Amino acid sequence: MSEILLQIDGKEVSAREGMTLLEAARGAGISIPTLCHHEKLEPYGGCRLCIVEVEKRGRTTLVVSCVYPVEGDLVVRTRSEKIDRIRKTLLELFLAHAPDAFELQDLAKEYGADKDRFEKESSFCIHCGLCVRYCAEVKQKFAVGFVSRGTKKEISFIPEIAAKECWDCKECFPLCPTEALQAAFVLTQALSS
Amino acid sequence: MSRINSPAELEAFRKGILSKRDPNKPCITLCSGSACHATGSGEVALSLEAELEKQGLSDQIEIRKTGCHGYCERGPITIIRPEDISYFQVQPEDVPEIISETVKGKKVIDRLLYTDPETKENIVKESEIPFYKHQERLVFGSNGSIDPKSIDDYLAIGGYAALQKALYDMSPEGVLEEVKKSNLRGRGGGGFPTGRKWEGSRNDPEPIKYVIVNADEGDPGAYMDRSLLEGNPHSVLEGLTLGAYAIGSHEGYIYVRQEYPLAVENVLLAIKTAEEYGFLGKNILGSGFDFKVIVHQGAGAFVCGESTALMTALEGRVGEPRPKYIRSNIKGLWEKPSVLNNVETWANVPLIINKGADWFTQYGTEGSKGTKIFSLVGKIVNTGLVEVPMGMPLRDIIFKIGGGIPGGKAFKAVQTGGPSGGCIPEELLDLQVGFDELAQAGSMMGSGGMIVLDEDTCMVDVARYFIAFLTDESCGKCAPCREGLRQMLKILTRITEGKGKEDDIATLKDLAETAKEAALCALGKTAPNPFLSTLRFFEDEYEAHIKDKRCPALSCKALIAYHIDPAKCKACMICARKCPADAIDGGKNKIHMIDQDKCTKCGTCYEVCPPRFGAVRKISGEPVPDPIPEEERSIRKGKKK
Repeated sequence: MSEILLQIDGKEVSAREGMTLLEAARGAGISIPTLCHHEKLEPYGGCRLCIVEVEKRGRTTLVVSCVYPVEGDLVVRTRSEKIDRIRKTLLELFLAHAPDAFELQDLAKEYGADKDRFEKESSFCIHCGLCVRYCAEVKQKFAVGFVSRGTKKEISFIPEIAAKECWDCKECFPLCPTEALQAAFVLTQALSS
Repeated sequence: MSRINSPAELEAFRKGILSKRDPNKPCITLCSGSACHATGSGEVALSLEAELEKQGLSDQIEIRKTGCHGYCERGPITIIRPEDISYFQVQPEDVPEIISETVKGKKVIDRLLYTDPETKENIVKESEIPFYKHQERLVFGSNGSIDPKSIDDYLAIGGYAALQKALYDMSPEGVLEEVKKSNLRGRGGGGFPTGRKWEGSRNDPEPIKYVIVNADEGDPGAYMDRSLLEGNPHSVLEGLTLGAYAIGSHEGYIYVRQEYPLAVENVLLAIKTAEEYGFLGKNILGSGFDFKVIVHQGAGAFVCGESTALMTALEGRVGEPRPKYIRSNIKGLWEKPSVLNNVETWANVPLIINKGADWFTQYGTEGSKGTKIFSLVGKIVNTGLVEVPMGMPLRDIIFKIGGGIPGGKAFKAVQTGGPSGGCIPEELLDLQVGFDELAQAGSMMGSGGMIVLDEDTCMVDVARYFIAFLTDESCGKCAPCREGLRQMLKILTRITEGKGKEDDIATLKDLAETAKEAALCALGKTAPNPFLSTLRFFEDEYEAHIKDKRCPALSCKALIAYHIDPAKCKACMICARKCPADAIDGGKNKIHMIDQDKCTKCGTCYEVCPPRFGAVRKISGEPVPDPIPEEERSIRKGKKK
C-alpha cells in the first residue's frame, strides 16, 4: 500500500491508500465528532456530523470524512464557521429526539447547540444504525433491523431471532448514543412475553 | 419472423414494409396514451372498430392506436390521414359521423376541430394549432404517428437505421465522439454531459459494464418519460443499444415504475420483437455485437430515481443512496462501470447518430443543446407535454404554447424542475430555458416539470406542499434530510396556520443550509429549494404570514375569513342553501351573514354567489367587520329599507 501525504488542519498527515479522511485524522490525533461511525463497521454516512472541508485543485467542497477516501495533496479543514454551524444544527435536530443523552450533551456544549431549538420528537432514536449494522455485520444475527421507510423509519427487534440470540449478547447496548435501543429491547421483551 | 442479419437485409425489409403501405389509404390515428385513455380513448377505439365493421370498411381503413400527442387538455385526439384532419375531445358518439362524413365524404366536422381562442377560427391541421406550431418535436414527434406496439411502424419511419449505421459504419469510439460532440446533457435532472459520463465507463478497464434507463419518473405532475416509453419504446431501446455499443456493455436494464403499466407492457413487447428481428440479443444485425435488455419494475419510491439508490434497488436491496464518493460510471451496479441515463436522454441518441452532432447542435443555446420535453401543468389553458428547443423563453412556453392562465387570472410564478426545483417569478419570464439559466434563477431543469401558478396561489403554501412531498419521500438514511425536512415541514405548516414566529426564517435558512451542504444524495441536497426559491422571490409573503398573520393570496385557510358585504347582498338565499356548515344566517329579503364560529372556510358561498352580486369576499389580515344591526337587515323590493 502506497503512502499518501495530505494536510489536515495545517498538519502534514501520512495515510495509506484506501483509508478515509476520518481514519487519517484520528490516526494523527485530530478529533472529528461522529455518531454513526464504528471502526468494525462499514462506513454508513448517516449522521453527517463528521463533515469537513476539503480543498482540491483550488476548489473547496464539504464532504463527510467517514466515507471520503484520502488523496494526495488534499488540504482538509475539520473546523470552520460553516462546519460548526452545520454540526450545531445537526446536534439540535438530534437533541429533539434525545435531549438527555450524555454523548449529545457533551457535543452540544462544544458546538453551542440548544437542545430546545426544535420541537421534541416522540422517538429518541437518531437512526445512527449502529445496533442494526453491528448485529448484521459483526454478529451476523440480524436480530435488530429497520422497519418502515423515510421519516417513519424505526429500529425494531425481530422477536423470533431476539428471543434466541440477544440474552447472551447485548453487545449493541453500549453502542447506542441515545439509549434508545435499550428501551426498544425492553419493549420487545414485554411484547413477546 | 427470421432475424435480420445484415444492413442489406434490413434495408430490403424496410423497403418491403414501405411498399406495402399506401400513403393514400385512409388511416384514423387515435391517441391511446395514458391521459387520452383516461378521457375515454379506449371506448372511442372500440366504437371505431365496431363502426368500420358495420359499414364494411374494416379492410379499407386502418385504425392506428398511437402514443401520446402531448395535447392532453383536449384528448382524446383523433387524426384522419392522409388529409391530416385533427379532431379533439372525440367521444364514442362522434364516431359514426367521423366515418361517414370525414373518412368517406371527405368533409370536415367543424364542431370537433380546434378553435383558436383569439381569432375564433377553426384549425384543421394539428401542426397549425398554436399549441403545436411553436414546438420543435424532434424526440416526441413520432409519438403521434406510430403504433408503439408495432416495430414495423418504427422501421417505416427509419427506426434502427442509427443502430445499423453505428454497428457497420462507426467504431464504438466514433459513436462516443459523436455524442460528446453533440453536447447532449442528461435530461433526468443534473444535466451532466452524457458523452463524458459514457467516456468514464468506456475507459475503465473492468470488462463487465452496464447501461441503464432511468424510467423512475416520480415528480408530481410530470409524465414525459412515461409518454415516451409508452409511445415510442423502440427509440429508447435503440438509444440504449447505441450507448452499450459505445461503452462496450452487453447488458442493459430498464428501471421503470410499476405504476406505469402501459409503459411496462409496451417496452416488454418492444424488447421481445426487437429480439425476434435481430436488433437485440446475440449477434445484432449480424455484426457480432451482443446486447440484452432486462426490465426491472420499481416498487415506487421517489428516491429510487437517484442514480445510486436506483442501482441499489436493482441489486435487490433497499433503495437507499450509497454514501460513497465514487461515480457510478466507474463503480455502479454490482460495483461495475454503469451508465445511467434518463428515458429522454436515451431517446435523443438515435437522432444524434442518424443526423450527426452538427445537426443536433443547431438547436439550443451555448450550454444546452437540442430540445427538451416539458410537462406543462397547473394553472394553464393548454395542459400537456411540449417539446421546445432549449433557449426558448419561459414566456413563450407559457403564453404562446400554453395559452396563458385560465379564468382571466394573473400569472404569478412557474415552478420548474420537479419538487426540489424552484419557483420563477413574473419578472424572470423572459429567461431562456436551459440547464445553467434555470440554475442561476435558483431553480433547475430537473426532468422537465413545469407547474404554472396563478395569483390565487400562496407561495408559502407551495413551499410547504413540496417540502411535505419530499419529507414523505426521504429515504430516512441521513439526518439533514430526514430530520431537517421534518422540522422544516413543521415550521412551514405553522407559518401557513398563522403561528409563525419571528425567528422562523432564520431557522429555516439554517436547516436549508444543513441539507444543502451535508445531505447524502442529490434528493436531500436539493430538497430545501422549494423554500429557498420562494423566499428569494416572495419574501414579502413570508413576512405577511409571520408578522401580519395575513395570506396575501387569500389562500391559507387559517388566515382568511369569508364575509358577506351587506351593501351587495341581495338576500337571494343561494349561499345560505349551499353552505354545508349551516353557518349562514338570513332569509328571503333578509341580508345574509356568516357565523364566523360555524364557518369551515370551505369557500362554497364565495363560489356560488352570483358574479353580478359579488357579495361574498375573502379577507385576510384584518378583522371581520361587525355584523350590521338586525333592523337594517331587511330588503324590500330589491332595496334596503
